[in-house]
Amino acid sequence: MTALVVAEHNNQELKPVTLNTVTAALGLDQEVHILIAGNACSSVAEEAAKVSGVAKVLLVESSAYENFLAENVATLVSNISGDYDYILAPTTTNGKNVMPRVAALQDVSQISDISAIESSDTFQRPIYAGNCIATVKSNDSKKIITVRNTAFDAASATGGNAEIITLEEINDAGISKFVKEEIAESDRPELTAADVIISGGRGMQNGDNFTILEGIADKLGAAIGASRAAVDSGFVPNDYQVGQTGKIVAPDLYIAVGISGAIQHLAGMKDSKVIVAINKDEDAPIFQVADYGLVADLFEAMPELESKI
Amino acid sequence: MKILVPIKRVVDYNVKVRPKSDESGVDLNNVKMAMNPFCEIAVEEAVRLKESGKAEEIIAVTIGASSSQEQLRTALALGADRAILVETDVEAEPLGISKLLKSIVDKESPDLIILGKQAIDGDNNQTGQMLGALTGFSQATFASEVNLDGDNLSVTREIDGGLQTLDINLPAIVTTDLRLNEPRYASLPNIMKAKSKPLDIIPAADLGVDISPRLETIKVTLPAEREAGVIVETVDELIDKLKNEAKVIS
Ligand SMILES: Cc1cc2nc3c(=O)[nH]c(=O)nc-3n(C[C@H](O)[C@H](O)[C@H](O)COP(=O)(O)OP(=O)(O)OC[C@H]3O[C@@H](n4cnc5c(N)ncnc54)[C@H](O)[C@@H]3O)c2cc1C
Repeated sequence: MTALVVAEHNNQELKPVTLNTVTAALGLDQEVHILIAGNACSSVAEEAAKVSGVAKVLLVESSAYENFLAENVATLVSNISGDYDYILAPTTTNGKNVMPRVAALQDVSQISDISAIESSDTFQRPIYAGNCIATVKSNDSKKIITVRNTAFDAASATGGNAEIITLEEINDAGISKFVKEEIAESDRPELTAADVIISGGRGMQNGDNFTILEGIADKLGAAIGASRAAVDSGFVPNDYQVGQTGKIVAPDLYIAVGISGAIQHLAGMKDSKVIVAINKDEDAPIFQVADYGLVADLFEAMPELESKI
Repeated sequence: MKILVPIKRVVDYNVKVRPKSDESGVDLNNVKMAMNPFCEIAVEEAVRLKESGKAEEIIAVTIGASSSQEQLRTALALGADRAILVETDVEAEPLGISKLLKSIVDKESPDLIILGKQAIDGDNNQTGQMLGALTGFSQATFASEVNLDGDNLSVTREIDGGLQTLDINLPAIVTTDLRLNEPRYASLPNIMKAKSKPLDIIPAADLGVDISPRLETIKVTLPAEREAGVIVETVDELIDKLKNEAKVIS
């Protein structure tokens, strides 16, 4: 019985979320293999070979896989899936884009975004914006799964010594073409990997005011996030969004500033260890999930917080 | 250009649902139902393409119980030309739904299929991609911008790191993200007009597709409750708590 983890990477380095998915795969009592599909990405395969607990790394390099186009990667994964009982990927935009396509090619019902493993065929997953948890049993012989990274610890990035096998399995459907990517460069930690996150909502009023959060983020080594309202209003880019349809995060400390606490926002952060809410409305629902709430005008409280930490 | 817009009837996004007392599922008794918000965005995008002269016909389709006709009428009121209900009382999974949609695609031969990236009930985020696999069409998921210029479809996607632009061949599948557009409200005259637009009902069984579920719901429960927190009076008190009680800052 073997499990294949479809790695998240950018052709240069392995993304940390892959390590959480490896832990989920190991939790299934499987021999775990990692697939590195990309272009000129052998260094990523070397990194993956060191991940603790991994038995084999499959490396496929082609321009067809460079940008992880769903049509090409799904065909690849489907074509090599014969040897595997489980295929897993992190619930990232890449995982979400590719895995259902693999599942349909294999005539399998995908289990999306699992948050716990109960047995070899039974899993928990949040539904309805995390308002309920469903326990589901899969009756498909092959299981195709995306994994909620906040629910599984990261496997150790070192200590392993897996064999790297190069595959010559090239599929270029030729029906989609990568044009460009606008990736925000930042010195801050990635939202999904940060220990501390400070998020701003509509209460921030505009993009410039996010500088109020930056000073605190600098001092705490925090990532900066946002509510949908703040992104929709153009205060910050889309990759800041936390929530049901944005990123799911669970840092040690989450500070929500000027965020009301709609269920769709809570869906993305309520598993954080410690939640702080700063809001001038004492009835804001965010206070119901906050460990520490401060009813205050953020424009007074945040500069004071920055100067005192 | 013919556009197919698959939509879904779901719980209104403001409703906080609870499990049934026997934990067999989600309690949907007497809760407000609506069109899935991402589907509204899909309908809106199709209507805009038609209004700009780039599409001739919009067909809304849903897989579901008879009650889903309500959401199809909404789609018609928003600008779809006709609607199809593939009627079934089975709560089909995305795999079954995409198989039924594939039958409709075979009948209708649309050039473009626009659908929501996820339904806010199951939060599966699968149907568009699965339909892509079954039809062999190209796909652009999580779209925040769609530009159709003749045969060239350019789509900007919201991805974890920022934005990505793809050019994809027609026929194609696009799944919508929140910022693609702001859906309009249906006007009263359009709601009236929608009543006389064609709505075909096809029993799912007539399509000869196996939609039996592969996943069994063992139970549905509430997530772990967070312990009640405290309200602090001052910034100093907050810092003290974070340092000395929660020990999350130093
Ligand atoms: C299908 C769907 C998916 C969604 N997905 C997401 C998602 O992924 N993530 C997400 O966040 N939302 C999502 N939403 C939107 C969600 O429903 C809310 O609309 C959104 O989270 C509200 O953002 P907000 O809290 O910043 O704004 P508001 O609800 O407007 O709250 C602003 C808060 O700021 C406070 N405030 C204002 N001024 C000050 C001040 N000077 N000092 C202190 N406090 C102040 C106010 O008291 C208020 O509580 C989704 C909605 C739908 C329908």
